[in-house]
Amino acid sequence: MRISVDQSRCCGSGMCVLTDPELFDQSEEDGTVVLLEPNPTGEHEKLAREAENLCPAGAITVTD
Amino acid sequence: MTETISTGLPMERENPFDPPAELRELREDAPISRMIFADGHEGWLVTGHAEVRTLMADNRLSTRSELHHPLFRLGNGDLPERPKAEPGFFLGMDAPDHTRLRKMLTGQFTVRRMNQLSAWIGTIVDEQLKAMRAKGSSADLVEEFALPVPSLVICELLGVPYEERGRFQEDTAKMLNFDNGMAEIEAAVRRIQDYMLELVERKKASPGDDMLSGLITTGEPTDTEVGNMGMLLLLAGHETTANMLGLGTFALLQHPDQLALLKAQPDLIDNAVEELMRYLTIVHMGTIRTALEDFEFEGHQIKAGDSLSLHLPTANRDPDKFENPDALDITRPSSGRHVSFGHGIHQCLGQQLARIEMRIGFTALFQEFPDLHLAVPASEVPLRSRMAIYGVHSLPVAWTA
Repeated sequence: MRISVDQSRCCGSGMCVLTDPELFDQSEEDGTVVLLEPNPTGEHEKLAREAENLCPAGAITVTD
Repeated sequence: MTETISTGLPMERENPFDPPAELRELREDAPISRMIFADGHEGWLVTGHAEVRTLMADNRLSTRSELHHPLFRLGNGDLPERPKAEPGFFLGMDAPDHTRLRKMLTGQFTVRRMNQLSAWIGTIVDEQLKAMRAKGSSADLVEEFALPVPSLVICELLGVPYEERGRFQEDTAKMLNFDNGMAEIEAAVRRIQDYMLELVERKKASPGDDMLSGLITTGEPTDTEVGNMGMLLLLAGHETTANMLGLGTFALLQHPDQLALLKAQPDLIDNAVEELMRYLTIVHMGTIRTALEDFEFEGHQIKAGDSLSLHLPTANRDPDKFENPDALDITRPSSGRHVSFGHGIHQCLGQQLARIEMRIGFTALFQEFPDLHLAVPASEVPLRSRMAIYGVHSLPVAWTA
């Protein structure tokens, strides 16, 4: 599984960090998404999908 | 396709917590239907969870306030005027104007930054609860707790002196009250704006360690933009959480099994906060979007210029999304979530702050006052049915001193 993020779409809601802080963080400067782990494994795979679904701005894409 | 047409948005509730029954029936029938807006415009009423969520994130729809048709008339019969959003008031703007302004603030509301405020928010909550206890054995929870806690927090973050709340609190209530006429609402808005502009001048002369000063220091926004952004954050930061704390406490007191469960398992609090958000949906009129182009959605022909009323409370009770949706169940898996903070690029900027205020607020309230109960019959609790944000005007509560 691979996660990609698009900072230009991100609106800084923080839903991804709330869902899995081991995969995602937010930049100190403007709150946009910072990808900590592009290749999630184990229980984090499900959380990555959830973060993709919850992202209000469609800034997260998960591919198998 | 034959379309169901309603005239005006149903607003009558049968009880304090459920959306109007008429809307729930309509959702079962037609999650997307036609609705005549207050000015005669034939727009749309959307009540299904999936449909509301999808449309909130669709950039073919605009949030620009000047494009929207009014949902209802004000108390004196006036049609609410919807001028173009004033500079800085990004809630009523689309990209790229919205993007530019929101980006100036998102770094201030990250999950990490909000978590760092926990201890400080805990102190504010404890002090308010102490002050409430000093009242004896009964008090109005709204006045002593639900309103002051988020007001103190947002004032401190923005750099608005809390002791000057007389300059915006009453006017905020006037501005959000549908029973007022347009002139009264506009005058209230103007007074808050004047106060914010005055604050901007004071911050320029003597900057502090706060968001308004921070915005000014970047040199990016104009003074007017800073003032209006400040007003937006001030309103959004205290009215919303205050009403969730007030109405949420009322809901928990009226669902003793759920309250007992929360007291027995305090770890459920984060889930309970999400469930209260879903169950109560205090943005009770929902949100409006207006189509910028013609498009087809779920078999319906949406035309450029059509306004769509996206009814958040009814969407949050959609059985296609939530099992047994009309039950308050604090163990409900929160994944898949409510739309109470919205969806799309306008999703609530302060949601992580709101979550922490509610988590700490509800936990401390019921720890400190384990036998808290209503001091009046539930039917006598005054509801904010005619306010832009739903909740309780006051919540008389009592406890064993």
